[in-house]
Amino acid sequence: MRTKLERREHFSGLLFVAPLIAVLILVAGWPLARTLYFSFTDAYLDDSANHVLIGFRNFVDVAGDPVWWRAVRNTAIFTAISVAIETVLGLAIALLLHGAIPGRGLVRAAILVPWAMPVVVSTKIWEWMLNDQFGVVNRAIVGLGLADHGVAWVANGSLLLGVVIFIDVWMTTPFMVLLILAGLQILPEEIFEAAEVDGIPWWKRLWSITLPLLAPTIGVAVLFRVLDALRMFDLAYVLAGANVNAMTMSIYARDRLINNQELGVGSAASTMVFLLIALVAIFIVGAMRLDRSGAAER
Amino acid sequence: MSMRIKRRSAAYYRAMRRVRQFALGCLTALLLFYVLFPYYWAIVSSTKQGAELYNSVLLPALDFRHYKELFRDANFATSILNSLCVAIATTALSLGLGTLAAYALGRLNFPERRSLLLTVLMISIFPQVVVLSGMFELIRWFGLYNRVWSLVFAYLIFTLPFTTWVLTSFIREFPRELEEAAIMDGCSHWRILTSILLPLMGPALVSTGLLAFILAWNEFLFALTFTLTEGSRTVPVAIGLLAGNSRYEYPFGPIMAASVTVTLPLIVLVLFFQRKIVAGLTAGAVKG
Repeated sequence: MRTKLERREHFSGLLFVAPLIAVLILVAGWPLARTLYFSFTDAYLDDSANHVLIGFRNFVDVAGDPVWWRAVRNTAIFTAISVAIETVLGLAIALLLHGAIPGRGLVRAAILVPWAMPVVVSTKIWEWMLNDQFGVVNRAIVGLGLADHGVAWVANGSLLLGVVIFIDVWMTTPFMVLLILAGLQILPEEIFEAAEVDGIPWWKRLWSITLPLLAPTIGVAVLFRVLDALRMFDLAYVLAGANVNAMTMSIYARDRLINNQELGVGSAASTMVFLLIALVAIFIVGAMRLDRSGAAER
Repeated sequence: MSMRIKRRSAAYYRAMRRVRQFALGCLTALLLFYVLFPYYWAIVSSTKQGAELYNSVLLPALDFRHYKELFRDANFATSILNSLCVAIATTALSLGLGTLAAYALGRLNFPERRSLLLTVLMISIFPQVVVLSGMFELIRWFGLYNRVWSLVFAYLIFTLPFTTWVLTSFIREFPRELEEAAIMDGCSHWRILTSILLPLMGPALVSTGLLAFILAWNEFLFALTFTLTEGSRTVPVAIGLLAGNSRYEYPFGPIMAASVTVTLPLIVLVLFFQRKIVAGLTAGAVKG
């Protein structure tokens, strides 16, 4: 009897997820498999049916291209710095909003605005604000007497990656704030009250109570953000196109694939992006597990 | 003696509290300025004409010529329509398929459940550029290249895992007692989902749907790659590719007008459904 019920549940379960599986195979599994396959061919985009297998030559080509390594470096710098700033700033803002401050509801609503804006729009607005001659930022800098002339934020290649990080921090800190705030709200109040009654200073409460308890939440948020930052395309592309100073791995792969029409090499670059991101994901998830089991042993 | 110390310390604490309140108020104001000023500045700039754009008057000039031109531009209207169609179709499809799968993943016991959930999560963190070449080929096979419907197809790769994941965690929150009586009566799973759970899932569907809509509305990489001509562009691509006749004549006024226009509905939606959106965002991440 039981096995019959179980079998029925198994069958209905599969029936309910069948459409999901079918669509995911069509839009994710198949294209992924084709990308992997193309990365071993010499195919071109305009005539993709006409190709031969050439082994690992595309991968060698990409690995020998200094522009690719520049893109890897840019992406790594962008990810490390922007996620670090977003985590610290997000934590600070979440703690601020968690306390009793005037107009909390208003601030909580306002913080969603940068998050809801399309990346393209945010980038365009900041590009205008950071315009070297007429941008409001440079006007403020000159007006306040901080510098004689404005800074060429976007036009100067060495500042470009910094500007990309700055805009990304503005756009995605709200996401961090929301996740950390949700994590803060499920922490037990009593611990903090007890610590406060015992006269423990706020920085010690933050360091020894809040942060350890928040660690799993922050870990998940950082994981999401790192994986998202590693595949970043739109912000740097809208701001700088395929400029090497801000080129990310995704921009490199798309540039080879679409602009150069090199289906084989572009697919190889995409595959390398995929492998790198999978490696980082495994590393972070492993580190989080270790951290948790370590805490449990203690 | 001790009384005096106490009195002094009370005043000291009161003063400290006031300083603290003031500091927090300043921080909050600073935060509001940081978060809101760029959009405000876009509004200000979008109502300035010609040379006005280059002064730094902080108030809007209230000249709506850029908006009038924008709405007279057939291509821009088309791209808004394209974006709406794509985002609505993607959201509807993802919610439908996602609800079906979420019921099985959240409620039914079958051996493949865990690995399927893990696969769904993994696909949602996929770098999109990885499927670009395979997707490109597929879209050309279907004859969808340069058609907006190709984007509905492509967007399912990130909206469907997202809605499935979030709806699964919503369904798990519902008390099981709801369906127990129905199971006793021999109700089919389809009936349980449609007659018992679905009527309760309104809020969950709204928050998940809004997030999926925003994801689809804002997407750039696929939209840039799978469309070619102005008539099939979505709004982000149209704005991203809006450029002047020469590099010295960058049309910041019109770009700001377009930016304000396409962001306004999103901001209204977000402010209106603020709590639901936060619930949807955190349901997927924190509890998962």
